Formats: sequence, C-alpha cells, structure tokens
Amino acid sequence: MKKVSRTKSSVAPRVIVGVDVGGTYTDIFALDEATGRITIGKVPSTRDDPSRAFVEGVSAVAGNPAAIATIVHGTTVGTNALLERKLARTAVISTTGFRDVLEMRRRDRPQTWGLWGNFTPVVPRDLRVEVDERTLADGTIARAVNPTEVAQVTRALLADGVMSVCLFFINSYANPANEAAAAEVVRALWPNAHVSVSSEILPEIREFERASTAAINASLQPVVGDYLEALESGLRARGFAGSVLIVQSNGGVMSIETARRLPVRTALSGPAAGVIACAHIAQTAGFPDVITGDMGGTSFDVALIADGQSTLAAQTSVGFGLVVRTPMIEIETIGAGGGSIARVDRSGLLQVGPESAGAWPGPVCYGQGSLEPTVTDANVVLGRINPARPIGDRAALDVAAAQAAIAEKIARPLGLDVMTAAEAILQVANAHMAGAIRLVSVERGHDPKRFAYMPFGGGGALHVCAMMREVGVTTGIVPRYPGVTSALGCVIADMRHDHVQTLNVSLSALAIETFRAAIAERSVQGRALLSAAAIQFQRVDTLIELDMLYAGQSHTLAVPLTSADTRSRARIAAAFENRYRSAFGQPLAGIEMRVLNLRVAVVGRRHKFDLALFAPGDAAPAPPGSRRVWIGHAWREVPVHARLELPAGCTITGPAIFEQADTTVYLEPDMQARVDRLGNLVISRI
Amino acid sequence: MGTRTKKTAPGQRSSPAGIDPVTLAVLNGRLEQIADEMDATLFRAAFNPIIAEAHDASHGLYDARSGETLVQGKNGLPIFVGAMSFAVRAVIERFGKDFAEGDVFIFNDAYEGGTHFNDFKLVRPFFRNGQLFCHLASVGHWHDVGGNVPGNYNPVATECFQEAFYMPPVRLYAAGTFRPDILAILQANSRLPISVYGDLNGQVNALELGARRLHELLDQYGETTVLEAFAELRARAVTLMRENIAALPDGHYSCDDCLDNDGSNDTPLPIALDIVKKGSRMTLDFSRSAPACAGPVNISRATTVAACYVALKHLFPDVPANAGVLDPIEVVIPDRSLLDARAPRPVGGYTETILRIIDVIFGALAKAAPERVNGMAYGTINALSIAGHRSDGRRWVMFSFFGGGHGGNPVSDGLNHGNAPISTATIPPLEILEAAYPVAFTQWSLRPDSGGAGRHRGGLGAIYEIELLATAASAFFFGERSRFAPQGVVGGGPAALNRFSFHSEGAWHTPPLGSKMVGITLKQGDRIRLETPGGGGYGPAAERSRAARAEDIRLGYTSAREGTKSSRKNGRTAKAGTR
Repeated sequence: MKKVSRTKSSVAPRVIVGVDVGGTYTDIFALDEATGRITIGKVPSTRDDPSRAFVEGVSAVAGNPAAIATIVHGTTVGTNALLERKLARTAVISTTGFRDVLEMRRRDRPQTWGLWGNFTPVVPRDLRVEVDERTLADGTIARAVNPTEVAQVTRALLADGVMSVCLFFINSYANPANEAAAAEVVRALWPNAHVSVSSEILPEIREFERASTAAINASLQPVVGDYLEALESGLRARGFAGSVLIVQSNGGVMSIETARRLPVRTALSGPAAGVIACAHIAQTAGFPDVITGDMGGTSFDVALIADGQSTLAAQTSVGFGLVVRTPMIEIETIGAGGGSIARVDRSGLLQVGPESAGAWPGPVCYGQGSLEPTVTDANVVLGRINPARPIGDRAALDVAAAQAAIAEKIARPLGLDVMTAAEAILQVANAHMAGAIRLVSVERGHDPKRFAYMPFGGGGALHVCAMMREVGVTTGIVPRYPGVTSALGCVIADMRHDHVQTLNVSLSALAIETFRAAIAERSVQGRALLSAAAIQFQRVDTLIELDMLYAGQSHTLAVPLTSADTRSRARIAAAFENRYRSAFGQPLAGIEMRVLNLRVAVVGRRHKFDLALFAPGDAAPAPPGSRRVWIGHAWREVPVHARLELPAGCTITGPAIFEQADTTVYLEPDMQARVDRLGNLVISRI
Repeated sequence: MGTRTKKTAPGQRSSPAGIDPVTLAVLNGRLEQIADEMDATLFRAAFNPIIAEAHDASHGLYDARSGETLVQGKNGLPIFVGAMSFAVRAVIERFGKDFAEGDVFIFNDAYEGGTHFNDFKLVRPFFRNGQLFCHLASVGHWHDVGGNVPGNYNPVATECFQEAFYMPPVRLYAAGTFRPDILAILQANSRLPISVYGDLNGQVNALELGARRLHELLDQYGETTVLEAFAELRARAVTLMRENIAALPDGHYSCDDCLDNDGSNDTPLPIALDIVKKGSRMTLDFSRSAPACAGPVNISRATTVAACYVALKHLFPDVPANAGVLDPIEVVIPDRSLLDARAPRPVGGYTETILRIIDVIFGALAKAAPERVNGMAYGTINALSIAGHRSDGRRWVMFSFFGGGHGGNPVSDGLNHGNAPISTATIPPLEILEAAYPVAFTQWSLRPDSGGAGRHRGGLGAIYEIELLATAASAFFFGERSRFAPQGVVGGGPAALNRFSFHSEGAWHTPPLGSKMVGITLKQGDRIRLETPGGGGYGPAAERSRAARAEDIRLGYTSAREGTKSSRKNGRTAKAGTR
C-alpha cells in the first residue's frame, strides 16, 4: 500500500473515472473527489479498436488524463472476441484418453426443438494433444507425468505456430502435482506468459467446466492482453499516471495484471458493474430489495438484489458449449432491446425480438437503411422519444420512415392503424420483459411484487411505468444517470478475488486444523493481491462459503460461514442445517453431510462516494416545455421536463416526459414521480 | 386396427369475434409464462436430481372437457409435451362427473397416462367462479418407485409389477383437503421416501402457483377473452400445421427400422411407418410394426402419439405448442401391438421405442421434405448400471445414460455427442462419477468414423471405457442399435452401430443380445467399453467437398481410409423407400 500517502496528499490527482465499453456506446462517468464535480459522457464505441473510443472519450469527458488517479473499466472485449471467434491460435495438453472433453461438453444440444445446430470448440481437435499421466479421484497419482514427453509436445506445438496453451489433466482438482510438473516444463519453453493451467484457474471438480474455463482463458489471453496493452499505453501517452482496474463478472474489480492472467473473469464485466451501482443507489435511497432492468440496444438484462445483495451464479454460457465457470452476478438476458425487431409471424401473431437491428443498421428512424420496425421506432412514432434530441452523438431521427415501416410491416397485416400498431409493439415487448422479471424472481423464490424496480441503460426508463403495471410493483426508481449506470458502477465496485477448492469429504472426516489453514492461506494470498493493486480500502473482508450436501444428493447448497463457524464440525453442521431449513424445510436427520467445495472471497471495500453529490439544487426549474405524445388512442400535449434541473422534493403527476442527455423517462397517466434527496425519480401510483 | 381421429371441424377457422391481435400476442406470452413459472418452481424445490438438474418434468394448462393441451412450458421434457393431455384425459374420464374445487389427482399409470411408471402425474381441475375452467397438470420423474431394481430400469421385466408399483388416478386432495393416507402409501413403496415427499411437495406447490397466476390473469383479462385466446391459439397452430403439411408434395412415404430385440428373445422388432400425405392432412400408419413383446420395449398408445408430437415439433419448431399440432394428423396404431401396450406389459424401456418412432418419421418425411429433415440421431439411451459393495459393506450403484451423434442436416454436419431428441438432460461429469464410485474412466472421447457419410456428415458418437477399481462388481446394460444402424437421409450413409463390450477373465466379450445384458461380473482391473453410434449422414457422400473431407481427416473425425469411402457396411439397414 505504498501509494496510499500519494493519493491522500492535497496536490495528487483525485479524479476517478468509470468507463463501460458496450457494443453501441462507450459510457464514461468521472468524479473529482476533491471538488465533488461529476461529468458524464457517451461516445460511439469503436469496434475495430475499442481502446480508441476509450482513450479519446476519457480525455474528452474527464479532462486532462494527468489529473486522473484511477480508471475503472467494464469491458466486453473478451466476450466479443469469443462470440466472433477472433481468438489466438491455442492448444490444449491433456491426459491420454480425454482430449475430447472440451468438444463433448456435457452432452447437450443447442435448442429444445429442432435437431440442427453444430458446435466448434475454441481449440480444434488437432491442437488438442495428450500426454500419458493419470491422477485418481482420491488424489493418488496412478501414473506420474513424464517431463520429456511434455517437452516434446510443447516444442511441437510451438513449431506449429501456437500462441497460447492450456493444461488440463483429469482429477487435477484433487491433486495438481502432475499438472504443476507439466506446467513447469511448458513455462520454461513457452516464449510468452500465455500458459493457462486448469488447477490454477479453477481447482474444482467437473472436468468439462474446468477444461472449458481454462481453454477459453488461454484463447483470450493474447487478445485481451493486447487490448489492455493498447489501452494503457494510449492513456500513458496522454499523461495518465494512475492505475487501471478491470471489473470482473462477480461485480468486483481486479488489477490490470490479474486481468491479463485471468481474462476469463471479464465475461460479464459491464453488466455486472451496472447491477453493483443499482444495488448501492437503491439501498441508499431506502430500497434494499430491488429488481434491475437494463435495456440496451439488443437485450434486456434482469438482476435481482435482495437485502442489498445481488446473487452470484457459479457459471454462465457465453454461447452454446462456451461455458465459463467463475462466480458472476446472476443476470438473466432476453432479446428485448430498443433495436428488437417487430414482425408478424406465419401464424399471424405479432412478435417482438429476439432478432435485433443492433447498432447497425439500427432502427428505421436512424436512417441507416433498415426497413424493419423496432421498439425504438414505436417509441419515436408515439412521441415518447424526442426525435430532435436522440441520445448519443446522432442526427435527428426520421419519424416518417419509422411510421412507414410500422404501417407496412405491422399495421397492414394485422388490420390496425399505424398508431395502434406502434402501441401494440410496445405492449408485446413490455409483456416479454415483464415475463423475464417474474421468472427471475420466482426461480429464486421471491415474489416480485415485494420489490422495487429500477430501470437503467438508455432505454429502460421509457418503460418503467409499463413494467410496474405488468409486474404489479408499487415503486419504480429511476437513478439520476440511468444511461451511464454501468460506468458509475465501475467507480464504486469493490475489489474482489474469489477462490474455489474442491474438498469432497464427509463432514465427519474434515480435518479442522488443515481446513482453517487452507482458509488462512487463501485469505493471505487474496490480501496480497489487494495490496499489490495500490488502491486504498476502507477495510478488507474475507468471505467463507462451503458447497454442502447430504450424501446421495447431487445439488449442493451454498453455506456461508463466519470465522467462528469454522472452528468446529458441529458449528459447520449447524450452519448447513440452518441453510437447509430455510431453503427446503426440515433437515434430514441421520444422513451423512458432505463438503464438496470451499469458497473463499477476499473483498477490499472501496470508499463509496457520497451519493449526496447527486443531490439536485434548490433553484426553481424553468417552466416545462411540451410536446405531443400518443396516449390511449389520442394525441395529448404532455409537459416535458429537464430532469436534472428539478429540485429535490418536487412531485410531478403523469403524463409527463423527463429528458436528460443519457435517457428519456416516460411517466404514464395515473402515476406520479417525486425527486428524492439523491436526485432519483421515485415513481408510484396515484 | 385402432384409429385416432380428431373430431374438430376441418378447414380454416375464422378468428373468434372479439379478441384483437394485440391482446392475443400478449396473452400468448402470459399463458406460456404461467407454465414456465410452474416448471421453475418444481426445478427449484425438487429433491431428486433427475428433476432438479435433468429437468425431467413438465407443466401445462389443459382443456376443461377434452384434456387437450392448451399451453405448455418451454423448459419441460419434450416427450411430456404430448403425453400429458392423455394423463389429463384419463382423470376426466374417471372423475369428470364429480370434480370438486380443490381436488388434486395423482397417478403413475403408464398405460393411460403415457411414458413409464417413474413419472408421477398430478392433475388439478381449475375452477373459476364455481365453474370448471381448465386443468393444470404437473409431471415429474421420481427417483425410485419400488419394483425389482432401484431406479426402476429393469431390462428383464416381463410384467409391470417387476418394474414399479402401480398407482391408478386417486385424489391426493379432496376438495382442498390433503389425504395423508395417500402420501403414506407412496412413501411406503419407495426406497427413497424423503425424495418422494420432497418431489410431491414441489409439484403441489407448482400447481398452486399456477392456479394463483391464472386467477390473476383472469382478473385482468376476463374469462371470455382468455377462452377466446385458447381457441384462437389452437386454431393458429392448426392453420400453421396444415400449411406446413400442404407445402409437402402429396404421396406415400415409408420408412422401416427395427429394434434389435426385447431383451429376452433375439428377434428384430419392426417399427414401420407408412405416411399418406394428401392436401393438408397426413396419416401416420404404424400397422406394419411388431406385435407386443415380452420385454420392456412396449409403449402405450398415449406414448406413441406423444412421440409423434415430438418428431413433428422438431420438424416444425415454429408451430405453437398446443393440441392443434396434431389436429391435421391421424395416427394409426394396431390394437394391442408393441405401440399399444396394455397392463401388465412391461414398459420401462419406452425410451428406445419412442426414439425409433421419431427416427422413422424423419426417415419417411426425408422423401417429402428433404430441406426440413436431418439424418437419424444415435437412437439409444444406453442405460448402464455397475453395482457392488464397499469395504464397509455398503452397497454402491452407478447408473447413467450415455450420448451419441446427431444426424447431418441441410445446413451443417451433425452435432457431436448430443442428448437424445426426447430429452434435454446432460451427462454427469466423469470426475463426479469417479469421486462417487470405485471406477476410473480410461477413455472419454469422440468415436472416429462413427458418423454416417454424406454431403453433411453425421455427428460423432463417443467411446467410454471404464475400469473397475473395486475387487468385484456386477453390471447391467440396456441399449439398442447393435443390429440396425441409424440411417442417413437424402442419400446420406448410415452411422456406426452401437457396440458394447467388456473385458473379464482375460478376454473381451460382447453380449449375445448385442446391447442388453444382465449379471455381467467384473473383477478389479476389468473393463467395460461402450462405443455409441453417431448420426446418419445427409445427402450423397460424393457431394461432400474436398475441403470438408480434408478437414475431417486432419481433425481425426474420419480415418484417412474411411474418408475416401462413400459408404460402408454397417450391419443390417432396414429397408426404406417410397412405395
């Protein structure tokens, strides 16, 4: 923590910048901690070289890079590279007899109905080579690995032009000795740092998930490494001397060095940051239970926060068979965004999405040549979006073109007039999004009506009242800057390192001293990683969790433990029974309990900036403007407020439109919105 | 000969007055979601992993009088989608005159309700303002329901009583009052009574949630509108299915295939289909199929029709999932045949037979609609059980199903190592199996040369080889496709045969019945080896591009020798042709 004194000194830079690079826009949120000044910006993403929009955007929005202390970055570079298969030439070295694990997956198929579809693994079969070795499930080394053989295959792979390599041996979670011995040989010969070892990345039982995670990490290392390199040097060239942190899928941040080594942890980086921000904003506003809905161009992402905490999922699939197993904020994605295409299907049913017009050609109203009407086109035709002031750097929207497309593709086949057709598109999209909200809450055992709803992303706030009506939610909260929420989340995310180790023992056979030593070791390692990042923390927490089950079951239950709980088997048993009771009812007496995995997370709590910085001024706002909005079968002249100018405590009755640079809020009739002390719009029914 | 003919009026239905297209689109999603939420509730609450992880369950809404499927969830097991309406109909036929609000019926009858005895069906008549409005139903695969073999997959059963205990439809709740005596009977007849209790509770809760959500929907939209939506969605499925059928050329299309044997007698059991397609109607005639057999590959009439539904949904995935799919279809099934099993014929191996039904439907329609079909998938679930005793005397049983290749299709080669078309279940990790049982896999790999040749090659099957680490164990195996390979379509070649072998007493052996055997004895170091079929090819192999062939050889999907051949000998291939 050498640099702590520097960040404390009065002349040192105090600006912290969050940057979220999405498919369409790069969002920037800058906070000057010395003055409390907040700057936000949105610039079009540069897909060919995302670091360009990043570096230019940061300079344009946050000012002189030399004045920036920390840049925190949510990125989809790794995810995009994976989806587009722009990956480095990568190889896998595995146990004889098991090179196909990566390609065989868990014997699934792409969709329930229809038997077509195929799978191309990230590493092709001819680059998956085998060496003779075998470790048994209990950790016994049945056959030791032969270093000479490993050296031979390694040289052959290098001669074949391989850039990055993954080592994956069966049962290496139970005893990594063979894998480690092979890794030593490979690393001595490999010309770069692109060596991913499955037991280092994920020492957890389940061979396909471990192999997939390690192989994807290997294939991403050169790509993400190059990107981060370009990013850092671009920033340095402009005088930036601070540190860069990268958001992980678990909602915590890591250093740029860790990100180079473990790029697989960035799979859901951007969306995770948004959820972190919402949790903090909602809790501060007095709503610890909130469901978030991020509506962007192509998708609608739903996450659930109960008692201020978002839930973590153990894994996700980036695409069919592309499984990444690393803790990540549980986010449900459906294909419903502003760019979702509306169409009448062969059975005459109106459908919206999942096909999307994306950023290019985009909705019809963008005038980029698309003829397929989208959700955004419907919002424009109904007067909810101001065509003269679209979000982002964009020319005025073409209302007539949007209207023509809806008339031809929707209104005519359904026998409706164009305005009714535009409303219908929104109704179907809203029903679809509300369905995702209901399902996410039911799957986790919650009644969505007890939650507040927080929309974010560029499009979410247009649909907030509709979501409240459809789901039966009583409170909607539109954060102060919905369009840059993920960038804001970057600024407040904690630093976090997760580690999992499979133990797979009966609780009665768990050696407490060894167990506690393992926790202590992980804690020390995690703290060392935190210290190396040169960031100041309020405090550091170690979170301990076991995956436990009764012998014979296959589903595990996550059991959080306090440090005191780890002192005896009896306390662990009690903790498990308590969790079991709340999840399933009566614990099962007399059945052996087992401990499958130990999970240790070390979290460096960063200072949360005071959201009171968002507090609106007291000055009376300018009188609202107005425009025509189509509501309930007729045009109505509706007041249009400059949202950021409204003072705290003011209440506005719907219908109304609120405009700001990064989004538009549409308040329906019979709803009212109050500006709270932190600048949120809190919406309720009248 | 038995026939099943729908009585609903043929021809285009006009849209019922009143329901506008927007409300219909919204209700379509809302109704489907009620079923999805019921699925989610059970998956989360179930005790046994077959439901919780493999999602071997399903939920839906069914017509008040006919029991026809109105709405199904998106995540349930495909085969149940067709079978559940028979279960609901069985309850209506028996109790329809005196349903009371709050009744919930429970049963596992595989003859009236379809599939096999592990599947427990719960049917809840749904009342609105004192009137029967529709039915909600839930089905889930319970872990153990008695019988001779834990888990109920008994390859030598000759009567259903050797497979499981048999529960006819009875009231679990009578007018809202729970009957603990029924639960006591269920629990007393299972080796896993706690699992039974947990799964049953999950299903009851799913029905309760479904009822609550449906009431909310009716509060919002009213009974008339929702009934109109049911009718209209059904009508649209009929219309779309008729259009799909009408687009096929009229004609007679046949496909013949065979099951290897019934587990007792080594005699092939033909599954033969003759399709007559005329205008917008289609008859699926199974008259040339085998009579009922002694072993457990019989299926009930309900299961046969459900399997047809699965095949049609795979072929036409855009048709809404309701009874309308079957409206333009007539299924002809000979009375008391292999495809119309009556009690007490054993039905535990029903999976093999329904896979063959799906295969012949694809095979026959390949001639009518080559652009819609794919080569046959691997076509067997390959149930393997290895059991023994640990050093402390406790019993261990390792039970699993294995995967194989999918057929080549008009746009790509078939998928390597997928799950069966009737299921969406995944295979357990080998590391979990090795940690739980005294075995070590010596191989878990793709099987080269197992996909049928073709313009688009069939996907590859797999090789699984298992070594016994314990001193002794016994094994049983239940599979198919050792005698008759999965066929290619549109000129594509057949896949490799299923091959099961075991190494004991110093030599490799294969079962006399091909893929079925009980009482295999193994000693430490002995091995079991399973080589599963790939999928059938699509299109003539001669049309495969030079680049694709070279790629196959480079990746080792085909051996160099194999890659140059256009066809190969692969056991017997049942005759298939247009009559």
